[in-house]
Amino acid sequence: MITDTLQVPVDVLSRETGWRVKPVGACRDDVCVPLPEATLTDDLVDLPSFADRLGMPLLHDDEHGLWSLGPQSGGKAMTTVQAPDLVLPTLSGEPFALSSLRGRKVLIVSWASW
Amino acid sequence: MRTELAPQGFELLSVAMDSAGADAARPFGEGFDFPVVVDSGHLLGELFGVINVPSGIWVDEDGVVVRPPETAYPARPAPSKIDLDDPTVQAKLGEAAIARLRVVIPELAKMQIDPDSYVDALRDWVTHGAASRFALSADEVLERSRPRPPEQAQAAAAFALGEHLHRSGRSAAAVRWFRESHRLQPDNWTYRRQAWTLVDPKQGPTEQYDSDWLTDVLREGAENYYEPLEMEPRL
Repeated sequence: MITDTLQVPVDVLSRETGWRVKPVGACRDDVCVPLPEATLTDDLVDLPSFADRLGMPLLHDDEHGLWSLGPQSGGKAMTTVQAPDLVLPTLSGEPFALSSLRGRKVLIVSWASW
Repeated sequence: MRTELAPQGFELLSVAMDSAGADAARPFGEGFDFPVVVDSGHLLGELFGVINVPSGIWVDEDGVVVRPPETAYPARPAPSKIDLDDPTVQAKLGEAAIARLRVVIPELAKMQIDPDSYVDALRDWVTHGAASRFALSADEVLERSRPRPPEQAQAAAAFALGEHLHRSGRSAAAVRWFRESHRLQPDNWTYRRQAWTLVDPKQGPTEQYDSDWLTDVLREGAENYYEPLEMEPRL
């Protein structure tokens, strides 16, 4: 996720990364990771502390005042076989959720115009 | 293929990994019965470990991944019909393009793809579901998933910064971060080809990047361009 602040609201972080930060720690699916107490203050998550604990890179673009939080490292690209909540825009711009295809077998195929 | 398999409870989700957005994807993605979506940030890379196109991922009725990303050609591309020795063609394309094609066409032919095995396996899975031997166990899906060392996680973050800057009209500033993603994850073709394309649609040499498509294909070997397909289960 891209952010211009290091204090990120809980709901924004959850929407962007799937991780919900609670007083007990960061939880996603049925996994919870304890966090240092200072990580969560008034529904704001301290991104450096969160990223460090979860093994996520946090890159900084000084010139543009931006940070980029990357995926967890150390394991595999896929940490679970449960498909993530992938939501992407169609060609006409409406959001389309992979989960809307539940009940069918799905082949996701990547391609590109280039 | 999609039309044939759809009555058996199958759907194709077509994902255009295009940082130039829907406008770039539209000419190739319009007019199909199946959903076509645009992945400008290359989320398929971050979430599933996709590093090249076309890649296929199988997801079952319960939203469980039963095959992680792998080379997914639905059919063998038709061989090039261009006659490079035809004077009319030469006049039309120009000397430089002809010279380039003389190198590119044989390289394309060396790329390892196996559409027949892939499509046969897909049909088997759609028909037999979990009983198909091509539907891999959870352990095998995770075992096959690409490793994600810290540099590759950083590459995803760097690419995301580049994409964000490009999309918000700061294309020159994006180059630094795209270059950084290439340095951190040199085997990722989607990061490279995307960045090159935004500067030069032909993905040729540019001032912005030290590499280009043909140079990298020749250096790394066209036969290594696609990872070999391994349809049979390992376990």
